[in-house]
Amino acid sequence: MSMLTTYLSWASLVLGGFLCVSGSVGLLRFPDFFTRMHAASVTDTLATGMILVGLMFQAPTWIVFGKLFMILVFVLLTGPTAGHALAKAALHSGLKPLLPGKSGKIETDANPSTGGV
Amino acid sequence: MKIQTLSLTLLLIIFWLLNSGLFKPLIFILGAISVVLVLLISSRMKVIDEESQPLHLTKNIPAYYAWLLKELVMSNIKVVSTIWQGHLQLQPALTTIKMDHLSDMGKVIYANSISLTPGTVTTDVTENSITVHALDKSSIADIQSGAMEARVRKLDN
Amino acid sequence: MFTAAAIAVLVAMALALVRAYAGPTLYDRILAVNVFGTKTVLLIAIVGFLTGRPEFLDIVMVYALMNFITVIGILRFFEYSVAQATANSETIGEK
Repeated sequence: MSMLTTYLSWASLVLGGFLCVSGSVGLLRFPDFFTRMHAASVTDTLATGMILVGLMFQAPTWIVFGKLFMILVFVLLTGPTAGHALAKAALHSGLKPLLPGKSGKIETDANPSTGGV
Repeated sequence: MKIQTLSLTLLLIIFWLLNSGLFKPLIFILGAISVVLVLLISSRMKVIDEESQPLHLTKNIPAYYAWLLKELVMSNIKVVSTIWQGHLQLQPALTTIKMDHLSDMGKVIYANSISLTPGTVTTDVTENSITVHALDKSSIADIQSGAMEARVRKLDN
Repeated sequence: MFTAAAIAVLVAMALALVRAYAGPTLYDRILAVNVFGTKTVLLIAIVGFLTGRPEFLDIVMVYALMNFITVIGILRFFEYSVAQATANSETIGEK
């Protein structure tokens, strides 16, 4: 394996790891369910993509490469479907998204979501 | 025999070979049996049509995916920078956006593309509008500008 | 390098668990479980490479599919039970 693919693989893995942690930090920091969902979709898309691409660079055979690609396609196809189902179910159950009021901004430590369920 | 049957057969064969990774006669026979079985079941379920095998999109889809990938990276950067902001100042929005007529396939692709990009999630799709929740108001404006809708329209015909 | 990525994923998993424990609503918890599942997929893939056994990818694929089915299944289950509960208490009339 040449040096270039090794470096590219390392870069992708580090970036993917960083995005993974970012997504989870967002999941903790954001004030209500709907905004948290956006943080979760970071890990579903680019974080998964970068880590799997990083692994693809180091794939020993083409079969392994193909399997990694297939997993990436699965995750990218199922991610938005699950997100949409979650958002729709939450809205239907009466969970109201936190929207900016007359002041225009939502502060971090305004009262966090007090959901219905 | 429809062209969709052919494409599904090819897809299943590739899927089997990729998953097994073994090239022995016995495995080939088992694979052939599985492929035929799946084809029989799906033809009995009547799911072999343009909806499950949208072959008419094949010509335009690589350009669309490339554009979607670019959008994906841009919106990821935006959301991640929001996450690491020192003091969160969010302006989330839940808006219904009108859209011109799209085919059913076009609507599904449009809504899924919006959900796939971080920062925006489709919560509802009707005949001529979609409801979107966005992490930031500017994302709503981006969707309203219609760039993505135009791309989907181009892809769809 | 695989170790670093694995540690990053593990940290992210721990944070998702905190959200699953704290999350004020049911949907926060389902979301956290979904994120946790995606991370599990990544972790198993990385561990497979770390130990030099790419056969792990078969398990990864099953997990990726199972994660999706889990979320949809849990949602279906709670959608009906929540609808039932709200119909009984008549707090939310909108359907």
